[in-house]
Amino acid sequence: MERILSVIVNDRPGVLARVAGLFSRRGFNIESITVGSAEEPTYSRMTIVSHGDDAMAQQMVVQLMKLVDVIDVHDISREKVVSRELALIKVRIAKETRMEISHILEPFRVSIVDVGHTSMSVEVTGDTEKVDALIGLLSPYGVLAIARTGVTALVRSGISEADSYDERQTAWPM
Amino acid sequence: MSASQTFETIQAHPEKRKMPKVSLGAELLCDLLIQAGVDTIFGYPGGAVLPIYDALFDAPLRHILTRHEQGAIHAAQGFSRATGRPGVVLATSGPGATNLVTGITDAFMDSTPVIILTGQVASEKIGSDAFQEADIIGITLPITKHNYQVRNIADLPQVIADAFHIATTGRPGPVLIDLPKDMMSGPAQRCQMPEPAPRGYRVPKAPDPVVLEQVAAEIKRAKRPLLYIGGGIISSKSSEDLREFARRNQIPVTSTLLGLGAYPAGDDLFVGMLGMHGIYAANRAITECDVLIALGVRFDDRVTGKLERFSPHSKKIHVDIDPAEINKNVPVMWPVVADVGMTLRGLLALDCVPDAEAWRRQIAGWHEEWPLSYRPAQDGLKPQRVVELLAEATKGQAIVTTEVGQHQMWAALFYPFTRPRQWITSGGLGTMGFGFPAAMGAQVAMPEQTVVCIAGDASFQMNVQELQTIVENKLPVKVAILNNGFLGMVRQWQQFFHERRYAESRIGSPDYVKLADAYGALGLRAANAHEAEAIIEQALRHDGPVIMEFLVHEEENVFPMVPPGAGTDQMTLEWEEA
Ligand SMILES: Cc1ncc(C[n+]2csc(CCOP(=O)(O)OP(=O)(O)O)c2C)c(N)n1
Ligand SMILES: [Mg+2]
Repeated sequence: MERILSVIVNDRPGVLARVAGLFSRRGFNIESITVGSAEEPTYSRMTIVSHGDDAMAQQMVVQLMKLVDVIDVHDISREKVVSRELALIKVRIAKETRMEISHILEPFRVSIVDVGHTSMSVEVTGDTEKVDALIGLLSPYGVLAIARTGVTALVRSGISEADSYDERQTAWPM
Repeated sequence: MSASQTFETIQAHPEKRKMPKVSLGAELLCDLLIQAGVDTIFGYPGGAVLPIYDALFDAPLRHILTRHEQGAIHAAQGFSRATGRPGVVLATSGPGATNLVTGITDAFMDSTPVIILTGQVASEKIGSDAFQEADIIGITLPITKHNYQVRNIADLPQVIADAFHIATTGRPGPVLIDLPKDMMSGPAQRCQMPEPAPRGYRVPKAPDPVVLEQVAAEIKRAKRPLLYIGGGIISSKSSEDLREFARRNQIPVTSTLLGLGAYPAGDDLFVGMLGMHGIYAANRAITECDVLIALGVRFDDRVTGKLERFSPHSKKIHVDIDPAEINKNVPVMWPVVADVGMTLRGLLALDCVPDAEAWRRQIAGWHEEWPLSYRPAQDGLKPQRVVELLAEATKGQAIVTTEVGQHQMWAALFYPFTRPRQWITSGGLGTMGFGFPAAMGAQVAMPEQTVVCIAGDASFQMNVQELQTIVENKLPVKVAILNNGFLGMVRQWQQFFHERRYAESRIGSPDYVKLADAYGALGLRAANAHEAEAIIEQALRHDGPVIMEFLVHEEENVFPMVPPGAGTDQMTLEWEEA
């Protein structure tokens, strides 16, 4: 099944290489990985989307925990999460198709970020299915380029965000 | 190396020395190493580490100059394995650092605490493909427990404190510190070593008491319990607790290659080594047991054989300080992520005594059915006999290191190890060339003890240059080369699985007696058991390094053997040529 791992790491040079290297040498695939600052300035949050059964997911978590620069790992695949992905999509346009495309875009609440004579670029945010759906609808017109950020996610309110990572007791996920 | 580099030395900065509390980065490094308890460094100089060598010139640290950086890292490993203290190795940037890679990997696989100091080109040149620049941080990411590059000299004290802490706690391992040249030749503030505080690093400690009670109950219910122990017992210094636990509860013990010595050979409860070349009774016992108590082991493929056939009837308890080892290869019923010593002491307070009298008799029966043995030689010399003679002559008390191959297995099987840290071999990586420099490191650490390296003719040639190091440093290592004229282990596989097509496994040797003589060591040779006994005695009496060459049967094989892909119960006990 799909796995979403939410990982807090030290914001230090080379940490992404440590995490990515671990995944590749242990044979875990990476569907997407996003990195950015977390709630504390010296931490980053990585959101990793992968695939694997429960045993594999457990290995991903404990192997990540072994990296010294990894502060905390959560397999949030089965939790209630808000997950978002942003995509920029450049689609071919022509006089005849302009209106049609506008109609398609409307319910997706996209922003049109760039318009030219033969193409335009739109920005869409949402969960992976929403982004996939939009790309699917636009592809008959000719999708010229896509840039997706990959999924970033947070567990919904009410779950253990009170304790700081340093204080949280190590509970090995066995 | 340009001449200008040599001016970046302490002598070149006399004004800095006069300033209170200010010194050079390299001096601070030496200071911190001493504060960390280091007294010996194995290393090899070069351009990028000149400032460090300059500081070492005055520092109260013993430096052993090896003849190859690989020799230095294996020596540091040997030092560490013999003492439990981290070995320290120092090499220059580029080729010096890359020459360490095999040893770092070896230390990582066998959980050996080692501190690796590498020189690096000056900070502003990093990333420019400068002379002797290698991305040793990138190269060693997958083979170190952690690594650091010092980009600001003010970080050095914390880095050193954290590096020693990480290398020696939890599951031990190698930690590398990359030191750009300008960091070492620039000014630094002297200071006390800070407390280690690596953020994000955590070490499991005590086991959950509730789980312990359940584990104790499981052991008590067992009819056929077996302790399966490994290197973790030695790392956690819990050999005494293991002995007490096994004896009090009368539970038989089988050991991995790396666990040898943790439980004494010769003890009634000791079943012997298990695995690919394990003792018949041990492999039968692991297959038949009903409760398997795995302590500080990692269910390595050389132990388990075909996973579907591995210990199929047992409920498994697995105690390990590394959570990633639990359920990695073999799913277990009772995972305990904790220090194995604390776990054993916790269990000692509980009632675990199983009713296993019949089981112990059964194991004794297996020992009788197929004891460890070999066919004695009609003429010539059997390699197993050499190991027996070495054991007799050293009263089983020597520190024994090995190279990798058949001789390694014979050493493991025929030398009776009775204490932890007596046995130093390359298990996980199986590195030919490990044993001789490791013996050197062990001898540096333990000058009073007899250190014997049981070597193969091919493996010995992989780091033979260290002969000069042991002679120069008056290290009385006794090397016993079991010369079969072959890459024996490779030949054995070719015999069994490739119709005796001995492709490139025949290998020549120099005249070892002359070679020893050329280096200034004593060289001796034996071709039969009588001569063997005599030269061993002479070697042990000799107050200096000795190379003993034993001309042994060329096509002797290691038995029992679990063929690759077979289960542990499917042992080949003898080979009949078809
Ligand atoms: C560095 C390295 N290269 C290759 C091997 C593969 N290998 C394993 S055992 C062996 C033969 C070792 O020969 P020798 O040292 O003479 O020992 P013997 O088996 O004859 O006792 C080889 C080539 C290895 N383990 N390590
Ligand atoms: Mg050989």
